[in-house]
Amino acid sequence: MKLTEMPTDRLLEGFQALLLRKGVVTGAALEQSDATMQAASPARGAAVVARAWTDAEFRARLLADGTAAVEEMGIFLTGAPPLGVVENDDAVHHLIVCTLCSCYPRALLGYPPHWYKSAAFRARAVRDPRGLLQQEWGTELPAGTRLRVVDSTADYRWMVLPRRPAATEGWDAGRLAALVRGTDLIGVTIPAA
Amino acid sequence: MSRFDAGDRVRVRDAWPEAEGPAHIRTPHYLRGREGIVLRPLGRFRNPEDLAFARPAPHIPLYHVRFPQDAIWPENQPGDEFLVEIFEHWLEAA
Repeated sequence: MKLTEMPTDRLLEGFQALLLRKGVVTGAALEQSDATMQAASPARGAAVVARAWTDAEFRARLLADGTAAVEEMGIFLTGAPPLGVVENDDAVHHLIVCTLCSCYPRALLGYPPHWYKSAAFRARAVRDPRGLLQQEWGTELPAGTRLRVVDSTADYRWMVLPRRPAATEGWDAGRLAALVRGTDLIGVTIPAA
Repeated sequence: MSRFDAGDRVRVRDAWPEAEGPAHIRTPHYLRGREGIVLRPLGRFRNPEDLAFARPAPHIPLYHVRFPQDAIWPENQPGDEFLVEIFEHWLEAA
């Protein structure tokens, strides 16, 4: 049987056994990596954003070093690429794409949506980003806002810190987190109250 | 030591190693030969071009560089930017 014809679960089992036997990874490291991925979801990113909206010092630490800041919240990205966070404000809106492949902050947000990996999204995010936002997502940027497309090409994984929606004064972090969707965290949409 | 600092004008090398043989490159083709401005250095990372082929991979400075979109595609809105991680060996002073 050719390698490409082998059932993927058998292939994975064999590959894992080889990595362990050759000492490339330890069983504990594999378990930790699996646990990180099982816990990853957009809800985790939303909790990070809500904390940043309600705690200015945390927000500053998050923008300076995303990995260290989320570790404070008990989210450990061990073995994952460093997390970078880019902040939207009234001057700049960020949109995240990986034109080369599908880089995405998986250890925090979980697996990327299927369209994020599509050639169509990846090409249009750089070739016609405003058309993509308006026509596919109904996302209108406020007049005067610059669009900064972050092409995630190398060793960081990027997440957007959206602007806190209007009319949410006095809301606690839990209520704010419920407003934030996975799509807000890569900038194809904008959260609203 | 990093060669560039925040605010430096840089040009991405107009090089196409993928045309000469097997290569693993993290510099998008649409930026080759284009000028941008360093937003900030991002630290040093092992060169993916070597890592991909299991060769010894030195740590190389990585930069976040911003590029005006309309210099690459005139239809894109003036003022809009690309912000992309580029390894130092792909950059020259502009």
